[in-house]
Order: sequence, then structure tokens, then C-alpha cells
Amino acid sequence: MIDSPRLDDREMRAAYCDALIAVAARNPKIVAVDADVQYSMGTKRFYETYPERGVNCGIMEAHAVGMCAGMSATGLVPFFHAFGTFATRRAFDQVFLSCAYQKLNVKIIGGDAGVTATANGGSHMPFEDIGIMRTIPGITIIEPADAMMYQTAVRHMADTYGVFYMRSCRRKVMRIYSDNAEFTIGKSNLLSGGGDIAIIACGIMIYEALLARQMLAKQGIAATVIDMHTIKPIDRDAVVDAARRCKAVVTAENHNAIGGLGSAVAEVLSEHSPVPMERVAVFESFGEVGTQEYLQQRFHLTASDIAGKAIKCIRRKYT
Amino acid sequence: MNAAATMAAAAQIRKLTISAMAAAGYGHIGGSMSICDVLAVLYTDILNVDPKDSKKPDRDWMVLSKGHCGPALYAALAYRGFIDAEELKTLNANGTNLPSHCDRLKTNGIDFSTGSLGQGLSLAAGAAMGNRLQGIESTVYAIVGDGELQEGQNWEAIQFIAHRQLDNLVLIVDDNKRQLDGYTRDICKPFSLKDKFRSFGFTVFEAGGHDVRQIYDALVKAKNTGSAEAVILSTEKGHGCSFAEIEGFNHYMVITDEMAEAATAEIDARLKKSYECID
Repeated sequence: MIDSPRLDDREMRAAYCDALIAVAARNPKIVAVDADVQYSMGTKRFYETYPERGVNCGIMEAHAVGMCAGMSATGLVPFFHAFGTFATRRAFDQVFLSCAYQKLNVKIIGGDAGVTATANGGSHMPFEDIGIMRTIPGITIIEPADAMMYQTAVRHMADTYGVFYMRSCRRKVMRIYSDNAEFTIGKSNLLSGGGDIAIIACGIMIYEALLARQMLAKQGIAATVIDMHTIKPIDRDAVVDAARRCKAVVTAENHNAIGGLGSAVAEVLSEHSPVPMERVAVFESFGEVGTQEYLQQRFHLTASDIAGKAIKCIRRKYT
Repeated sequence: MNAAATMAAAAQIRKLTISAMAAAGYGHIGGSMSICDVLAVLYTDILNVDPKDSKKPDRDWMVLSKGHCGPALYAALAYRGFIDAEELKTLNANGTNLPSHCDRLKTNGIDFSTGSLGQGLSLAAGAAMGNRLQGIESTVYAIVGDGELQEGQNWEAIQFIAHRQLDNLVLIVDDNKRQLDGYTRDICKPFSLKDKFRSFGFTVFEAGGHDVRQIYDALVKAKNTGSAEAVILSTEKGHGCSFAEIEGFNHYMVITDEMAEAATAEIDARLKKSYECID
């Protein structure tokens, strides 16, 4: 982690494409597949670098996902790009049956996570993608906090057989990790280790969690902050350890309260270490247009919301 | 090709399919019977496959998109030596390697798992793209049902296959005119499949789907044409199985040993008669 998070100087999609080109240079089996969102997802440069290794299917996500499954059966390693909504909601049965059910090797990148869909609004704003995908046996689901982690995740996905769903965003986000940061799929990152409350977050909510930690510190509350970048398989040991240490847990996600990180953490806690828990997430709402800042306030996805739920949760420890 | 030998193969595939379904007590008999002849031609005269090395990279691929007709494909695989014919009787038994819908992880010789209709053609297109990108010379054969073509994903795949001119893929339509609930013309009529494929840029071949010579000729022509290729086989749901032929609803039937025995005897009798016609 860097000392003081700041806005990265490059876009997430540019960082992604650099990483994909780099892994493709050492693995000739890697191909890119798109559904007419090369510009939005940032993959155009891959097609310029490897014209023979990119397949832009057009606007047909269901076919594109099935086609990726077919390609992977011949030994290729397809990375498929679409907005998170359409990679999951629209192509769910294809991810389920054509990819995961037959244990093929397909990497799915869903863009414009939650409120980062901004001006595209409700039709394009995935609050449900992780919940949908988490029901698929054997799938790995990742939401990176920043560009460094995004690039590392691409390398891990390229080297690890199986179906992956990585949810990300296209524009610049706050930089959390240093240049050589490493992380392991399925193993969360402990960013701070306070003993009063554990905040478990992912994606853009990591920065909010770190801000909330500072707000809480001013009130004499010491917060653990965990980056749960892998939502499935979830780092069960880290959740249980945090619950045992802090006796209260808040989750924070740019996603529906049903099915995502909060649900996954609640499943672990209820079975292994029940403690008071609160969720910062989108409750029973569809997305809408707006700036990211507006939408985070609109859906209560800010540092203040996390700090508020943390205090509420701490109170529940003693009642 | 040796037409008599391929006709005998078709008869054998029919009999094995019926006996497997009788062992289970039920099965998707109608759609399985309508593809027995094309399976016989594929596994006797067309496919470059090796039962002992079913995943060899330069093999021809076989995708049964209408996955519920797995039992007919299993019978063809048994006929060709991919699986033991005795194993066919475990169809749908607890813990079997032969589930009603094709599963590539369970059965030797199955290239893709199918069953959610409309997905097989995209898988086939992916295999054809993958082979092309890696310079592998082989052909992917995909059997799609005419009822199944109601699924929209097929038409995404068809547009893609035509645009990419994937002539290492042969789309075979089992045009048996019926679907689960009745005739396609009553439920959601297909209009002209031939015209639809042509308008997408396919080269279209038509054949009688129960005439092994016609099927063979069409499949031989439908290779490396420089464009996407479709073979439309005019078939009859339940064809060749006497009890299914006379049943109005033959998509899925309860099948007893007695029914299977009578149907088997009829298949033998018809084969003998057709040999006489050849002579």
C-alpha cells in the first residue's frame, strides 16, 4: 500500500490493455474477444498489437461467450470484454453452461462496475453482477481496487486455468497499492489492523474504507481494513480472524446488498463466527445517471456511510 | 462410401439407441431417430476421429447442439468404438457416464456439453475459430434442430459464422418439422430456412435426411467452399422406429422392452428390404 492514496495518472482500461498485451507476449494462446466495446473497455491497442489474435464479435454477448468457450476447448485462452451488465445478466446461461459447466478456460471482464457506469445510467449500471456470478460452481470472482491490482489480476488469470469474472471500471481510480504490490487470488489484503471494527471492502470502496478509518480514528476507534479483492472463493480465514479480533464487521461494496461481498461475508460469519454486522451497499434500487460522486451519495456508498455503519455496529456489540 | 455398410451402421445406431432407452425406460426417441442416418454417415464416412485418441488436436469436431438427443450420439460413439456398447444400458442411471444431455466431461468422444438449446453453434464457431487461428486443419460439424433454431443465439452465431466465412464449420439442420409441443409451423413457424441461411451468406445444401447417399454427397460438397456452409436435412421425427412413427407425441416416450424388441425386429426387416432394393 502507498502512504497516501491519490488519483492514479492512468485510466484503468489503459492499465488493463498494457497487462493483456504483456501476458499475450509470453503466451501465444491468449486472445481477446469483444462485443463492440473495444473503445470503452480499452482493448483497441491489443487488436493493433496482435491483429490476428483479436475477435470483435459485434453486439452479441451470448454468442461471444459461447464462442470463447469453444475457442478455449481448442487450447486458446480467451479474455472476453463487455460491460458488467451484459457479460453477466445477458450471457449468464452461456457463462454457466458453455463455460463453467464444461470446465473450460474463459476469462470474463465486466466493465463499468456499479456507480462507475455514471452517464450510461440504470440500464448499464451493474449492481447485481457479482450476485449472479457467485452462484456458478467453480468460478473465481475478482474486483481489483486499483490499476496495479488490475494488472496483477490479469497475470494471475492468464496463468490459472478456469472461468474467471473480473469486474472493473474504465476511468482513473484512487491508487492504493505501490508499484510492486503482489497479491494472491483468494487471499485478502490486510490494509490496517485496528481492533474495534473490521471493514471488509472491495473495488472503489477500498478508498472509502480507508477514509472511513481516518474518520473513526479521530473518534478514538481503531478499524481493521481488509481488501477482499477475491469475492469468490472468499478468504474465509481472514473474515473469521477479523470477526474474532474486532467482534463487529462492516462490509462495503459498490453492488447490490443481495448476493455480493456483504452476502458472502455474512455467510461465513453466520456459520463460523457470528458477530454484529452491517452492510454498506445498494439496497433494493436500480441505477440511474449521474456523476460518480453524486451516485455514491445517492446510494450511500461513501466513507461517511461506512463510518456511520461502523459506529452502529460497534454499539450493537454492547447491547 | 459403401452405402449398404452405412445403412447397416444407421440401423445399428437406431437399435442401440432404442435398447439404451428401453433400459432406462424412457427417452427422447423422436429427435434421436431423426439424426441416426446423419450420425451413421458422419461416423462411418466423414469424420477424422480416433476412438483411442479422442482429443487429438487435428480431429474433426462433432457438436450435438440438440443435446437431448445424446443417446443417438452415444450409440454412434459405441458403434465407432469410443465407448463400450454394454455401457449404453447405463443411460441416465445414477452415477452414469451417459446422461440424457451430452456431457464432454463424462463421455469419451463428446466434444461439448449441450442441453441448453441454442448454445452449440457458438461453441462450434469457437472451435472453428480456434482451429483456424492455430492453423489446425479440421472440420467442425454441428447438428442443430429446426425447433432449436427458434433460439436467438443461433442467429448471432449464424451471422458471426457467415461474416468470418468459417468454412471449416458445417452447420447441419435436422429439419424434422416438429418440436416438443407439436409442429414448428403451428408453434412458431420457421419460414424458409434455406432462404434465411442464404440471406446470411451461407452456401446451402439440401438432402433427404434418411438417405445416406444424399447425406454423404451434401456433406462432401459442404467443405471448404470459401463461405459458411449449411446442410439442411429433411427428416421425420421418430423415423425408423415403428412405435415412434405412429405416435403423435414422440418427443419423449416411455419405452418398454417389448416395444424395443418389436422396433428392433422392424429395423432389421426394413434393412433387409432396402438391401434388396440396392441389389
